[in-house]
Amino acid sequence: MGNGTSIGRVRGLGSSHQGTHHWLTARLTAVGNLVLIPFLMISLALMPAHDYATVHAWAAKPLPATALILIMINTFQHARLGVQVMLEDYIHEEGGKIAAWLLVNIVPFAGAAFGIVAVVRIALGSA
Amino acid sequence: MAQAPGKRPLSPHLEIWRWGPAMLVSILHRITGNGLAFVGLALLLWWIGALAGGPASYQTFLDWIWLAPAGGLQTVTAILGKIVLVGLTWAFFQHMATGIRHFVLDIGAGYELEANARWSSLTILFSVAATSVFWAFVLLH
Repeated sequence: MGNGTSIGRVRGLGSSHQGTHHWLTARLTAVGNLVLIPFLMISLALMPAHDYATVHAWAAKPLPATALILIMINTFQHARLGVQVMLEDYIHEEGGKIAAWLLVNIVPFAGAAFGIVAVVRIALGSA
Repeated sequence: MAQAPGKRPLSPHLEIWRWGPAMLVSILHRITGNGLAFVGLALLLWWIGALAGGPASYQTFLDWIWLAPAGGLQTVTAILGKIVLVGLTWAFFQHMATGIRHFVLDIGAGYELEANARWSSLTILFSVAATSVFWAFVLLH
């Protein structure tokens, strides 16, 4: 990009050199959520009962298990990006910024990993 | 020039403006999004973890958020559980509707005052209607 002028060299970069990626990823994962979350909600609504046997049998099937793992990846990433923007808007002290940075970069990955392990365990029938 | 930092004029903030639909859904998008992130995903992990843990742990999950067979504290948490689940459903539909509104705004459409206010109001109408339909279906079918 750019044609050598000063505006051409900085256009699209922003101060952090990657703001558009953050923005675009939020949109991309939003589209994913638009498919995945209604799938989860409609599946749960259509179940004849919500006891262990019914829900476990559903979650163990390939398509629901795939959707659930995709939710763990896609929805946690979307939530991570959104929470990050919220924290950036409201936290101004250096200590708070470090705490927010740790939170945003650790908790969503830990949560998603736990969720994926749980789905794999259900799908592979070892519970 | 020699003003103290606290006395400097501030730009007009929320309390200055008359509330309108666009302001309301803008802040609702943030509130519902963060509510879904912190409460919704925590509940999702409890649910899937309990399901992976086996019949006993899944029953514990159901008892505490919905069924309350033991009475006492469970009665309270089961009422809270129902409120939270309905609240999360509404939060999802509201966040989804305002999210779609953002997609429209992203392509540069929907900034005319009247259209903007109309679509903002419609997101709220949609989220309340969709939540009602969803729970009516779940509880009645």
